[in-house]
Amino acid sequence: MTSMLAAEADFMIRGLLKFHLFGQELWITTTHVALLIVMIGLIIFGVFANRSMKRAKQVPGTFQNIVEMLVEMLDKMVNSSMGKNAKRFRNYIGTIFGFIFISNISGLIGLRSPTADYGVTLLLGLVTFVLIHYNGIKKNKVGHFTALFQPFALLFPINAIGEVATPLSLSLRLFGNVMSGTVMLGLWYGMMPLLFRLGVPAALHAYFDLFSGAIQTYVFCMLTMVYINDKIE
Amino acid sequence: MFTGEELILACSAIGAGLAVIAGIGPGIGQGIAAGHAAAAVGRNPGAKSDITSTMLLGQAVAETTGLYGLAVAIILLFVKPLV
Repeated sequence: MTSMLAAEADFMIRGLLKFHLFGQELWITTTHVALLIVMIGLIIFGVFANRSMKRAKQVPGTFQNIVEMLVEMLDKMVNSSMGKNAKRFRNYIGTIFGFIFISNISGLIGLRSPTADYGVTLLLGLVTFVLIHYNGIKKNKVGHFTALFQPFALLFPINAIGEVATPLSLSLRLFGNVMSGTVMLGLWYGMMPLLFRLGVPAALHAYFDLFSGAIQTYVFCMLTMVYINDKIE
Repeated sequence: MFTGEELILACSAIGAGLAVIAGIGPGIGQGIAAGHAAAAVGRNPGAKSDITSTMLLGQAVAETTGLYGLAVAIILLFVKPLV
């Protein structure tokens, strides 16, 4: 049963190319390929956006309008939740917003979303973790560590667990949402008769890839900003 | 009648099913959050965008426990740590 299911419903990470490095067996997987495609897409968009902004016109064309709208939207989002610290984090939040969003909706063009691999989302969570504590230490010096013993010393274990749980819950939330969408679509494509595989998945893609992906991107960025702002205000 | 591995696989499947029952909690929580957000928009339609973003953030945090259940189920079914 398990083997039959695995053969028909294809939603796990596949290894494509095996190689050895320092005595370790390593694989190039579908995640790497999808990541590469997402990266190339983002870089091409960035280059074109830069070129269009360098010769910006008084009356913007279609592409310039889209880029301006994107930047304004991100600025508004960061400003509304970080206030006076917004300037320093605008670029970082914009970067992860673009990356996670394009990763989440890459299921639309038939890729396996890179964010449905726990390796990718854990790394994003750890970057947030490092940022939180780097900025906390920079702002509060020793106070950053003594805050763990507030309001009284007995609460140290709970505070410490809370700090460690932040990147885990951030990354598991993104991973779980995207993975559940991937599993659903994989099961649908693998198990349904041909009649249901035409047309119906469009609605599923719209919900799982576009809607869920956009919401999770927004939530990841918002929570990152809230956590960082919590430490430096 | 069963080999040990078959029994473990069957029990893993049952365990995965039980783990996804964790989805009940977030469902109720998100419903409550959405209901209150709807009431808030009804009372103060001007603050719709603020209310929506607060609601989404709260719902995402409430969803976490359900996703832990999902992660356990996925690990039991596809990683098979007990076999």
